[in-house]
Amino acid sequence: MTAFIQDLVEKNHYQPTHLLHILRAVQAHYHYIPKDAIEQIARLLAISRTQIMGVIEFYSFFHLSPRGHYEILISDSITDHLLGKHELAAYLEEKLNVKLGEVRADGLVSLDNTSCTGLCDQGPAGLVNGYALSRLDKAKVDQITDLINQQTPLEGWPQALFQVDDNLIRSDLLLSAPIPAGAALQSAFNRGLKETLNELDISGLRGRGGAGFKTATKWKFCSEELNDEHIVVCNADEGEPGTFKDRVLLNSYAHQVFEGMTLCAALIGAQQGFLYLRGEYLHLYDKLEAILAERRQAGLLGQNIVNADFNFDIEICLGAGAYICGEESALIESLEGKMGIPRNRPPYPVTHGYLGKPTVVNNVETFLAAASIAVNGGNWFANIGTDKSKGTKILSICGDCAQPGIYEYPFGTDIQTILDDCGASDVLGVQIGGPSGTFISNKEFSRLLAFEDLATGGSFIVFNQQRNILDVVNNFTHFFAHESCGFCTPCRVGTSLLKNQLDKIVDGHGSAGDVVALEELCQIVKKQSHCGLGQTAANPILTTLERYPELYQAQLKKISYEPGFDLDGALETARRLAKRDDAGAHLAQVEE
Amino acid sequence: MSKTITIDGQVIPFEEGQTIMEAATEAGVYIPHLCHHPEYTPHGSCKLCNVNVNGRTCSACTFPAMEGQQILNDAKDINEERKKITQMLFVEGNHFCPSCEKTGNCQLQAVAYHLNMLDDHFPLFYPHRELDASHAEVLIDHNRCIFCTLCVRASQQKDGKDVFAISGRGINKHLIINAESGLLKDSELEATDQAAHVCPTGAILIKRTGYQVPIGERIYDHTQIDQVSLNSENIQHDN
Repeated sequence: MTAFIQDLVEKNHYQPTHLLHILRAVQAHYHYIPKDAIEQIARLLAISRTQIMGVIEFYSFFHLSPRGHYEILISDSITDHLLGKHELAAYLEEKLNVKLGEVRADGLVSLDNTSCTGLCDQGPAGLVNGYALSRLDKAKVDQITDLINQQTPLEGWPQALFQVDDNLIRSDLLLSAPIPAGAALQSAFNRGLKETLNELDISGLRGRGGAGFKTATKWKFCSEELNDEHIVVCNADEGEPGTFKDRVLLNSYAHQVFEGMTLCAALIGAQQGFLYLRGEYLHLYDKLEAILAERRQAGLLGQNIVNADFNFDIEICLGAGAYICGEESALIESLEGKMGIPRNRPPYPVTHGYLGKPTVVNNVETFLAAASIAVNGGNWFANIGTDKSKGTKILSICGDCAQPGIYEYPFGTDIQTILDDCGASDVLGVQIGGPSGTFISNKEFSRLLAFEDLATGGSFIVFNQQRNILDVVNNFTHFFAHESCGFCTPCRVGTSLLKNQLDKIVDGHGSAGDVVALEELCQIVKKQSHCGLGQTAANPILTTLERYPELYQAQLKKISYEPGFDLDGALETARRLAKRDDAGAHLAQVEE
Repeated sequence: MSKTITIDGQVIPFEEGQTIMEAATEAGVYIPHLCHHPEYTPHGSCKLCNVNVNGRTCSACTFPAMEGQQILNDAKDINEERKKITQMLFVEGNHFCPSCEKTGNCQLQAVAYHLNMLDDHFPLFYPHRELDASHAEVLIDHNRCIFCTLCVRASQQKDGKDVFAISGRGINKHLIINAESGLLKDSELEATDQAAHVCPTGAILIKRTGYQVPIGERIYDHTQIDQVSLNSENIQHDN
């Protein structure tokens, strides 16, 4: 082990910022992070073992105890549930002879849930040793079982298992006309950098992650910071359940995304860029590295880019399973090799970002759009969309519709048009912007896709009339409790309280005051939490409670109060010890 | 003329670079807090010091004071939500005040009294947490840890060591010890370290010093936490 770790740390230039790279490699090699490895890495990187422990216990893909040689994770997103995740997981448990959350006795295989893997248009999905498995069904599970039991190395598995399709269905302004490699940089240097930033300003482009901060303003602020170094970061940690557009953009439009980053670097004066790629997109890693190499060859990255005396390069950093790292300051912490805990602001990343340097963090789609704008000019973009939302938005549409996939629409398009296009009928409602967004009912389909009405990072999940809204809300609420980073009290404790309180109601144990208590708790979590995760974690409950209060009320018992403490449940141990299960060994909590 | 902010209608001067908490404390205005301590870098995690700044919720311990801020602090609805946050801290761990050595000297308990907290309100989690009694002089009862990170910061910033850290995620987060065994006895901690004395609750206790001051004669038995806090923090500031 000593030589392996030594070699690994050396390859990472003894940089503590590369801790996640290093731990990913150790996890892949040993299927866990051995204690000795922690000690050795701590010595070699000159950091404390507790920092390493913290990182291991923070990210879902790192483990202190061994996982199977084949580690199988099943995507637990609501979209996978709609496609039969529960039956599939049960079949996997049966075939592989291992329970969810456990490692098989022979150590060969382990099975567990994982948060949305971004294959919502081709689920139920999963990961095997980090690589994406799509459209899982019984036949594929049989095949996988055989491959595992024969101990076939992953390289020998049929490619069909790993087939990931783009499902690009509707292209508009951006996706119908990708720019040739280098075109944006040439245009920018020909036009002048200041003038190009001005075009970006005219375009009205706003950040595509969902928050919608004006891109030109962010770049301008960052460029004005006096510092020897500036940093460009592309946020490809799309963890919002139901979102997969960045997967497609990086699979088929990566040149343009990298070009947008390089353009940003030219405008703000950066020499270093990072693509923070979510761990679930490991399958894109080699391809993206190859494109970066190609761009270096073509003089579009590296030294003296487009002969304009401009140097810039991009490094890809893989995440390790943490939704919170989509939050820009948590992402920066993660890039620095730490737990992904959102920072206190101010200062903002544009002044103090990666290693304290002025940093621009933007969404994949934002960089894609910026590159097109540099070629076509600001008005080309601004002529489309609404007053406050210029241009187009790329949506990841999934759930109950005939054609899930990627759809690009001008801002201002109404929801009904989108539903018609994707073949959704008999619709109950749509989750816009993922769990952290808004649930709209079928009475609201005239509402518009726009920052001034329905803002979204791109997630668009359709539910038909057969679906139970409380199942959806329950899945989302559990998701937030699982993904809360735990930094602040209202989110750390509040999301778990929300989960328990909602479970109580959904499971039929709620009494008269419980919905009121739920709503009160929602308001505290929303108002008092440190970052966007906590501030939006109650949205699934709040937006459905507002629209379907009767659904919640119908779950309640007809008694005024049921204690949170389960008296009869607490007697279980006593019954087991006394080997009794007669009526006298049970106590009713409240007379019903 | 110096710059000012307004807290609950009171005009308060501040110096550039001060946080709202620092300006308020100097002016004798108490903002409830647990993870904040004037001698250490602010952390902003307990969220008890959340105030309303021009309509926005901000943590007073980390948010900079800026000219003209209109701040609401000692308001009924804000204190009501602070009480709920305190209740969250209580139900998350295992806090049994009557059997805790820290009772009467405990800031968590004192803040709860200050906010008129009379019950837990939320269902208790009853987590399974360990007790580390391995060290000759210092004891850690993880049941009472509220993750304020004061021991983490004190060890790093005052003791020049790195004995404590927070690990894990969400509701599973926990305090860990920098030792290969993970036990306090194998760490660099000494009973004289600041980190061993900074805990606002009874999670870190010095052995063989318990109950030297009888219950009923302890700090918060006689004085509310707002007065204790303002006095001690301003003394520290003057020094």
